[in-house]
Amino acid sequence: MDIKEKRILVSLVGSVVVMLFYAWYIYSRYIAGNPDILNDFRFWGRSFLILIPIAIGIQILIHIIFAIIIHILWKGEDIDPIEDERDKLIELKAIKISHYIFIVGFMLAMGSLALGMQPWVMFVVLISSGFVASTVNELFRLYYYRKGV
Amino acid sequence: MAKINITNNIRTLRFFANEMTQQELAEKTGVSRQTIVAIENGKYFPSLELAFMIAHTFEKPLDAVFSFEIINDKKKKK
Repeated sequence: MDIKEKRILVSLVGSVVVMLFYAWYIYSRYIAGNPDILNDFRFWGRSFLILIPIAIGIQILIHIIFAIIIHILWKGEDIDPIEDERDKLIELKAIKISHYIFIVGFMLAMGSLALGMQPWVMFVVLISSGFVASTVNELFRLYYYRKGV
Repeated sequence: MAKINITNNIRTLRFFANEMTQQELAEKTGVSRQTIVAIENGKYFPSLELAFMIAHTFEKPLDAVFSFEIINDKKKKK
């Protein structure tokens, strides 16, 4: 496994852990004691806006720690290899697939509103589809690096 | 559309170029070592630009580095 694959794997694990921890935190702190908050749009807005900087900050921190570990354990390994046409092609293909997944999730979210479901269902489906799309993006990048593109 | 199978002689050409390393070839062509590994193993088919750069590095014509085979009619073209 080369450095790029390791980096994707770290990013994947990091994003899954952050998302699961954040979902657990929001549920136990706000939703468990007061289920009515699910229908408060301000709650969803705040949850989204707080999640974004936290996720970015933790990802940056994880990558810094990863770079330090790689530097200590594998001194000969290039920490920041050049990004070339193959990387761009792999990224393009993975983004294309994740966009399709997000579009399907968006349609499902709108479909839940059209079927008269509670608005919180739409938010949950929307957040979940974004998370799944991001995870699938990383998985496909890993797949293309391993199997070829 | 006919399917084609692209093969290459990069490993052999590196050997005859004083056992040039993958890293050296990567640096000369402006890509990562991983990309050279993927090309050698047939896991990635380079762009025309990169293919010409690789051929230029070995001072060979393109068809001395890469060859292709049309799978459907088994007609091999070099």
